[in-house]
Amino acid sequence: MTELAFEDVTVRFGTRRHATTAVDGVSLTVPHGKIVGLVGESGSGKSTLARAAVGLVPVDSGRIVLNGHPIDPRTHNVQMVFQDPQSALDPRMSIGESVAEAIPRRARNRRARVAEVLDLVDLPVDCGRLYPAQLSGGQRQRVGLARALAGEPEVVIADEITSALDVSIQGTVLNLVRDLQRRMRLSLLFISHDLAVVRYVSDFIAVMYRGRIVEHGPAGQVLTDPQDPYTRELLAAAADPAGQLDLGENGDTTPAHR
Amino acid sequence: MKRILRTPLGATAAALLLAVLALAVVAPLVWTDRANAIDTAQIMHGSSAAHWLGTDALGRDVFLRVLVATGISVWLALLATGLGVLIGLLLGAAPVVLGRRAGRFVTAVVNIAVAFPGLLLALFFAVVFGVGATGALLAIGLAVAPGFARLTQTLVAKVSGLDYVAAARVAGVGRIRLLFRHILPNVAEPLVVNAAIAAGSALLAFAGLSFLGLGVQPPSYDWGRLLGEGLQAIYLRPAAALGPGAAVVIAGLAFHLFGEALAKGFTRHTPPVRVRRAEPVPAVGATNDDAVLVVEDLRVGFPGVTPVRGVSFSVGKGEAVGIVGESGSGKSLTALAVARLIEHPGRVEARQLTFQGRDLRNGNARRHRHLLGTSLAMVFQDPMTSFNPAMRIGRQLAEVAEQHQGSTRKQAWQRAVDRLRAVRIPDPHRRARQYPHEFSGGMRQRAMIGMGLMGKPALIIADEPTTALDVTVQRQVLRLLASIREDDGAALLLISHDIAIVSQVCDRVLVMYAGRIVEDLPADELYTAARHPYTRALLAAVPDMTTDRDRPLAVIPGRPVDAAQAPPGCAYAPRCPLADKRCIDTAPPLRDGDGRRVACWNADVPVPVGEQA
Amino acid sequence: MTAIVHTRQWDRPWARFAARRAGRLLVSLWVLVTAAFLMIHLIPGDPVRAALGPTASVRLVEARRAALGLNDPLWLQYLHYLRDLVSGDMHSSMVSGLPVAQVIGDRLPATLELAGYAFVLAGLVAVPLGTGMAVLTRGGRRRPAELAFTSTSAVLAVIPEFLLAVGLVYVFGVQLGWAPVAGRAGFGSYVLPVLSLAVGPAAVLSRIMRVEMLTVLDADHVRTARAKRLPDWLITVRHALPNAFTATITIGGLLLSSMVAGTVLAENVFAWPGLGSTVVQSILAKDYPVVQGIVLVYGLGVLVVNLAVDVLLAVLDPRSTIRES
Repeated sequence: MTELAFEDVTVRFGTRRHATTAVDGVSLTVPHGKIVGLVGESGSGKSTLARAAVGLVPVDSGRIVLNGHPIDPRTHNVQMVFQDPQSALDPRMSIGESVAEAIPRRARNRRARVAEVLDLVDLPVDCGRLYPAQLSGGQRQRVGLARALAGEPEVVIADEITSALDVSIQGTVLNLVRDLQRRMRLSLLFISHDLAVVRYVSDFIAVMYRGRIVEHGPAGQVLTDPQDPYTRELLAAAADPAGQLDLGENGDTTPAHR
Repeated sequence: MKRILRTPLGATAAALLLAVLALAVVAPLVWTDRANAIDTAQIMHGSSAAHWLGTDALGRDVFLRVLVATGISVWLALLATGLGVLIGLLLGAAPVVLGRRAGRFVTAVVNIAVAFPGLLLALFFAVVFGVGATGALLAIGLAVAPGFARLTQTLVAKVSGLDYVAAARVAGVGRIRLLFRHILPNVAEPLVVNAAIAAGSALLAFAGLSFLGLGVQPPSYDWGRLLGEGLQAIYLRPAAALGPGAAVVIAGLAFHLFGEALAKGFTRHTPPVRVRRAEPVPAVGATNDDAVLVVEDLRVGFPGVTPVRGVSFSVGKGEAVGIVGESGSGKSLTALAVARLIEHPGRVEARQLTFQGRDLRNGNARRHRHLLGTSLAMVFQDPMTSFNPAMRIGRQLAEVAEQHQGSTRKQAWQRAVDRLRAVRIPDPHRRARQYPHEFSGGMRQRAMIGMGLMGKPALIIADEPTTALDVTVQRQVLRLLASIREDDGAALLLISHDIAIVSQVCDRVLVMYAGRIVEDLPADELYTAARHPYTRALLAAVPDMTTDRDRPLAVIPGRPVDAAQAPPGCAYAPRCPLADKRCIDTAPPLRDGDGRRVACWNADVPVPVGEQA
Repeated sequence: MTAIVHTRQWDRPWARFAARRAGRLLVSLWVLVTAAFLMIHLIPGDPVRAALGPTASVRLVEARRAALGLNDPLWLQYLHYLRDLVSGDMHSSMVSGLPVAQVIGDRLPATLELAGYAFVLAGLVAVPLGTGMAVLTRGGRRRPAELAFTSTSAVLAVIPEFLLAVGLVYVFGVQLGWAPVAGRAGFGSYVLPVLSLAVGPAAVLSRIMRVEMLTVLDADHVRTARAKRLPDWLITVRHALPNAFTATITIGGLLLSSMVAGTVLAENVFAWPGLGSTVVQSILAKDYPVVQGIVLVYGLGVLVVNLAVDVLLAVLDPRSTIRES
C-alpha cells in the first residue's frame, strides 16, 4: 500500500524579509491506487506543491511522507510529468535515451525495459530512436509519462499535462492516464486548472486557492455539494464559462486578484 | 557545419581563418631566417619590388617579418582565449555543481570582475610580471574569463530552468552528469560562437599591448610590435605601419566573421520564399447590405506557406460571430488580416474586404486610419504584453482620442478615465495614472476593452481574449463584452479555441480547420445539429462538466494538419472516419443551406459506431 | 509556472535598491583599492631595486624603501596606504618626484575630454542610425540595405581604435595633411583622436540599437499601438524607442568603460597628453606609485559609469528595481 501525504507543508520563495508564501500549510493525501485531482488557478501554488514533492523545491516547514516515511529524494519513488511538451524533453537526446535515464541503476536489461514502458503508453518501440523534434505534442506527453513510469515510481505527479495540447489531442492523453491508472493501480496526483478535465479523471478532488487547500473530498461530493465559496465559484465558472446565466451584480465581487 | 560552409559568409570566413592558421604554422618554419637577416645596405628603405613593405632600421624585410609574426600573434591569442574560456567555463558552470550558496558567491565574484575592463588587468599584470608576453597572456586570458563566465552562467541558468533538466533531476540524474549530458550540450553553440569571437578580440588586444610596448619584447616580435616600430616612421615609410595593421585587421576579422557565420548557421533559417498557390474557391457570399464586415475569399500568405486559404464570412450589425479552431487553423491570422494588422512579409488578398461599407483592400493605411481607429476595437490574447510597459495606462487610452478625435490632452485624459470607469475598473482616477505592471491580468484586459471604447466601435475583434486568464476572471471579461454589445450595439468577432465559450457568447459560430471554414452555423445548434464530422468530433473530444466519467473520451486520430502540407482534397480527410476517395481528391466547397454552411461531401452522414464516442 | 500567492509589502523599493547598489559599489571599491595596493607587493624581488636599476647604491635603495614605508609589516603598510588614500595622498613619482595626485590632476582632463567627446559622438550617430535601420529593415524589408549595414558595421566594430588611428593618421595626416597628427592644441587636434575612438563604439551601439528596436517593433504592445491606428512615426518614437533603450544603455555603459582601453591606445598614437600615455611611460619606467594611482583612477571611473548606468535603468524602467531582487 503506497500513500503519499503532504503534512502541513509550507513553501516560501525569496529571502526572509521579502519572502512570498507559495504553499501555505497544505495537508493532502494521495491514497493507494487513486487519482487525486488538484485544481486551482495560476499562482495558487499547485505546481509548487508538485515540485516540492519531487524535491525540486525545498520545503520550509511540514513534511512530505511516502508510506509514513519522509521521501528520500535519491530513491525517486515519486515521479513527475511536466506541463510543456516542448521543453520537457532534452532536444539533444533520443527518446530512448531520455527514458533509459530514468530507469533505476539496479535494473538489468534496460533496453527491454525502455521498449516495455514505451509500449505501456501506446508508442511504437522504434520511436525510441527518434528525437523530440520529430514527435507531436501529444506523443511527447506520452514520452513524458513513459519516462515517469520507467522510474518504477509509487506515485506519479502530472502537472498540467494537457493544458499545452490541442483540444483534439488532449482526449487521447486523458484516456491514457485513466487507462494506466486502472491497469497499474497507479497512485496519481493530477494537477490542472481545468475543472472539467480534473472531474473526468479524478477519484478525489482538492481545490487550491492562494496557497491553501480550501476544499478536499471525494470527487462526487466536492462537485455536488461544495462547501467553500471559491469552489462554488469555480464550479459555476466551469458549468457556465461565459457567465450568461447570472448577469447579476454578484459576479463582479470576485476580488481583483493581486 | 556543412550548412555553415554553404553560405557565402561562412565559406569566406572559413577560408580566411584557415589561411591565417596555416600561415601561423608554416611561416615561422619557412621564413624565420630570412626575416631576421640583417642587411646594412638596405636600412629603412620604402616599399619596392624586392621589399614589398620596405625594410626596418636593421635592413630586415618587413613583409617577411609580418608573415613570420603570424605565428606568435595567432598562438598567443589562441592560448589567451583558451585560458579565458577554461576559467570562464569553470566559473560559469560552478553554480550548477556547487549548489545554491557557493553558486551565489561565484556569481557575485563574476559580477564584480566583469565590470573592470581588460586593459586594467593588463596594466596590473604588466606591473606584477614586468612587461612581456607572460603578463600579457595572463592579462588577456583573465580579461576574457569574466565575460565568458557571465555568458555561461546566463545560458546555463536558462537551460537549468527548463523542464527537461527538472525531469532529469527527478529521474535521479546526478549534478555532474546533468551538467555534461543535459546542460552543456544545449549551451555549446553560443559558447563556441563567443569563443571564436573572443579569439579575434584577444588577437587585437595582444596587438594593442605589444604596440604600447607592454606585450611581446625584443628580440621576439608580433604584429603589434611591428606596427609600433612602423608608426614611428609613418611619414617616411607608411607601408611598414600599414602592412602589419592590415594583417591584424584581416586576422581579427577572420575570427569574428567565422564566429558570426557559426551563429547564423546555428539559428534555424527561414524557409525559402515560395509563391502562394492561387486556387479557385467558390464564392459564398452571405452578403447583406447592413453587414458591418464582409469578407470574401480572404487569403493570408507568408513566404513558403499560405495559412489562410480562402475564407468568406460576414458579420451583421450588432451580431456576435465566433471563430473556433485548433492552433494552426488560421483563426487568429484571419482576425489580424481583417483588422489590417498583417505586416510584411505577410500578404493579404481578398475578393472582398468591406468594413462599414468601405473597401479596405485598396489604398494605404492612412486612408482608413480614422475609420479603423474609431470604429474597430481590438482585444488581444495576452494582456501582460499588450500594453506599453513604459507608459501610464491612462495615457495609452488617451492617445486614441488625441489622435482620432482631435481632443486636447486634458479632454482625452478625462475620456480615458471615463472609459476605465465604463469597463468597471475601480478608482479609475488613480488607476489611470498607474503603469501596466501594477494591473492584474483581468483588469488589464478590461482596460484593453476600454481602449477600444475610446471611439464608437461598430465591431470588436477579440482574439482569444480570455485564454491567458483564470476561469473566474474570464467570466468577468466575457460578461463585460456582452454588456457592451447590449449597450452600444457593437458587433463582436470572437476568436477562441474554446467551443463552450464561443457557443455561449456568440450568435453564430464559424469552425476553421487548416486555413478554411469547414462549418458555419447558429451557436444554439452547435451541440445539437452540427453537420461536419470535424465539428462533431471536436465537441465530443472535449470533456465538460457533464461528460460520462466511465467511458473513454472520443478521440480524433492523427494530428492537426499544417497549412503548408494541406492536401489537395479535404484537409480533414486523413483523420475523418467518413473519408472516401472523393474527399481525398477534391476539396469540398462551403455550401449554403438555410443560413448554415458546411464544407463536407458527407455532411450529416452518421459516424460509424466504434469510430467515435 | 511560478506560484506567488501573497507578497509581503515591498517596503520602499528605492531604498532597497540604493542599499543593494551601494553595497556592491563598496565591495568593488575595496577590491580595486586592495588590488592596487597588492600590485606593488606582488612584484617578484624588490620593486625599488627594480625601479632604480642594478647600478643604484644599496644606501639609496634602502633610503627609498624607508621613505615608501616598505620595511613595515604588510598589514601596517596596508593601513597606512588606506589612510593616505583617504586623505588624498598618493605618494610621489619615483622618477620625477612630483606628487602622483598632481600628475593625475594635470593629465586627467585631457583624457576625460577625449573619452567624453567620443562617447557623445558615438551615441549621436548610433541611436538615430540604429533606429532608422530597424524601421527600414523590419520584417525582412530592404534586404540589400540590411546587408550593407550589418556587414559595414561588423567590420568597423572589429577594427580596434589604434589601428583606425594609424589609418586616419596616414590618410588625413600624411596623405591629405588636413589635420595634425599629434598633440592637443586647437579644434583640429581633436578631430582624429575623437574619430578613431568613436567609430568602433558607434558601430557596436548602432547594431545593438537596431536589434533591440526590431525586437520591440515585433512586440505585442506595438501591435496594440498599430491597432490604435497611430501614425508610424508616433509608434516608433513613443511606443518602440523608449522600450528599446534598456539594452542600449547597458551596452553603452560597457562601451564607455572599455573606452579606458581605447584612450590609452589612441593617446599613444596621437601623443595625447593624457593619463593613457602617462601610464604606459610609467610602466616602462617602473614608476610604480604613478601606475598605482592611474589604475585607481581608471577603476574608479569604470565603477562610476556602472553605477550611473544602473541608476539610469532604474529610473527609466521602474520595474527593474523590483525585478532584480
